Amino acid sequence: MIPEKLRAAAVIARRDFVAVIFSKTFLLFLLGPLFPLVVGGMAGAIGAQVDKELNQPQVGLALPAEQTRRLLAAHAALADALPGDVPDFVALDAPGTNPRALLAKHLPGHEGVLTAVVSGTLDHPVLTATPERAHLWQGMVALFAARARDDHPAPLPPVTIDEVATSAAKVKSGQVMTAQAGQVLLFLLTMLLAGMVLSNLVEEKANKIIEVLAASIPMDALFLGKLFAMLGVSMVGIAVWGTVWGGLVLVGMKSLPMLAAPAVGWPLFVGLGFLYFAMAYLLLGSLFLAIGGMASTVREVQTLSMPVTMLQLMVFFFASYALARPGTMIETASLVFPLSSPFAMLARAARSTELWPHVLALGWQALWVALIVRTGAVLFRRTVMKSGPARPKKRAKA
Amino acid sequence: MADFGQDGEWAIEALGLVKRFDGFTAVDGVDIRVPKGAIYGILGPNGAGKTTTLRMLLGIIDPDEGRRVVLGHERPTDIARRIGYLPEERGLYPAMKATEAIAFLAALRGVPLKVGRARARALLEEHGLAYAADRQIRQLSKGMAQQVQLLGTLVHEPDLVVFDEPFSGLDALNQGKLETMIRALAARGTTVIFSTHVIAHAERLCDRVAIIAGGKVPFAGLVDEARDRLRPQVRLETRVADGPWRAALPPEARHEGAFWHFTLPESGVEPLLRALIEGEAGILSLSIERPGLHDAFVAIAGEAAARALAENAAQAEEAIR
Repeated sequence: MIPEKLRAAAVIARRDFVAVIFSKTFLLFLLGPLFPLVVGGMAGAIGAQVDKELNQPQVGLALPAEQTRRLLAAHAALADALPGDVPDFVALDAPGTNPRALLAKHLPGHEGVLTAVVSGTLDHPVLTATPERAHLWQGMVALFAARARDDHPAPLPPVTIDEVATSAAKVKSGQVMTAQAGQVLLFLLTMLLAGMVLSNLVEEKANKIIEVLAASIPMDALFLGKLFAMLGVSMVGIAVWGTVWGGLVLVGMKSLPMLAAPAVGWPLFVGLGFLYFAMAYLLLGSLFLAIGGMASTVREVQTLSMPVTMLQLMVFFFASYALARPGTMIETASLVFPLSSPFAMLARAARSTELWPHVLALGWQALWVALIVRTGAVLFRRTVMKSGPARPKKRAKA
Repeated sequence: MADFGQDGEWAIEALGLVKRFDGFTAVDGVDIRVPKGAIYGILGPNGAGKTTTLRMLLGIIDPDEGRRVVLGHERPTDIARRIGYLPEERGLYPAMKATEAIAFLAALRGVPLKVGRARARALLEEHGLAYAADRQIRQLSKGMAQQVQLLGTLVHEPDLVVFDEPFSGLDALNQGKLETMIRALAARGTTVIFSTHVIAHAERLCDRVAIIAGGKVPFAGLVDEARDRLRPQVRLETRVADGPWRAALPPEARHEGAFWHFTLPESGVEPLLRALIEGEAGILSLSIERPGLHDAFVAIAGEAAARALAENAAQAEEAIR
């Protein structure tokens, strides 16, 4: 026998879920996360192209012709062996010209812009560049010049590579990265989705059906039903986005960053992530539902959305701050404080193999969901259901 | 009420209900007893405390003081499945189809969706609305949407139906249909309680009424008892304008047009008739009228409440036009 409250909550959840899923705007909701990705991708591609065109560094060589040739040969021999981006070297065929004057103009016959000029001789090379470039390339120019001075440079000896899969330090830092990534993803999903419940009771008020609901079912069943409906909608969204993302990975986006395996292993980490998302959603959602329940118009809900977003950001920042302070009171506080607990516990799953704290935390969080729902329902009944439609300011409607 | 809540005869028993909002006492010590199977009216002007009283009886809000027992339960929400409620402010989800809306209201009261849908179709057909079954609520006229909600109120076959101002917004034809429906419900043994500011509805339908004004209930009982609080009114027409028979009329008797109007004396009609005949008044007509509920309302609730009631009724009629 299903308890009456759960049965009533299921009726509400079904109604809300169907109403959202079969609405025309749901497709827009699903496409929503694509917009920033597409815009970001396009902007990144354009920026990269512009950056490449404008900032392909070139170092002009204004040494005597023979020394320039030898320096170019040294560059060709060593450039690939050096780490990082090594600038192109170009012969300027302008010995004796003031290097500062060469840097000040775009030379005909050269693509790109000169970033630095090497003049003088191989024994005493002079690097003319902005301070940051000069310090960056000073050693490199010296290395190339030293090799260029040698009439018979020895070939570079081959280095045998002995790779190891990981190191203790890499595992630790990698798991912190995974924890951070988990928190960010959890935060993004919660922020995208939990805010939706803020306006959930406005529909019932606007359509004047709230009184029938209040007379028919317990108010906390109404709150629970609405929460779980929107959680269901969120899960549909996450399933669709996850499938698209997984498809893209399979198709071959090899440049996607690979995260270190979390301490509890990927399958359990994903499972816990799912549970902690549900809890973070229910905790914040129940709070937002209670707050939004006090609003009677869409305008009031819009006014509330900013402080509510700030609250979410504060919770996330608190959990992130605590992540960098393991073993401190701050971490303990973030694990215990109900709103930050899901974020902090997911981070813990990335770094610790212990499982019992998760059982405890999930129970603790569920208790708070129940408490917030109950309090919200009582407040809603007391403050919202007290007045009739035509009640004057200081009088109850008869 | 020593046997409060113990007597199986009552569908609703409320004792000393008090509700305050922000320091304002909306309902102040209301006592109501509604027998099972009765049609019970709560009669009063807007702002008198009707809706607040009904909301307390339904468990939508809890009283600050007093007790209520509804269908034998102190917490009305525990037996919500046995109650139907049509609030004054009606509304449904606009995107729902009529059948789904009724089935949804049934599901709220514990009826499985499949059963609710079947009942919804049957009810819509029975009330001549089969053509609207698959239309969205937003596609229906206001009157049709109200009928759909009314059917949704009754779809789970409740033992107790509570209507808050059920006649407001309905034209005369639909008011008549609703009256018929209320009588049919009572005939099946369903208890019906409704609030109204239109005395005529209460007078035509109700066995019992509670007269409410300023949050208090100065009278709750049989309609006949309310009427009997006033003495019958006499209307007399005589051939002779004046004579010794005039002494038989009470001092407050007033002459309007061709008629004398006065309250029937405590001594009854026989001494009066004798005096009129012996005094050769020449009786052309004499009628003794039992006071209506309106007169009883004026006598019980006062002139101000009666005036407010009349104004509310006039405004409601204007709104329908």
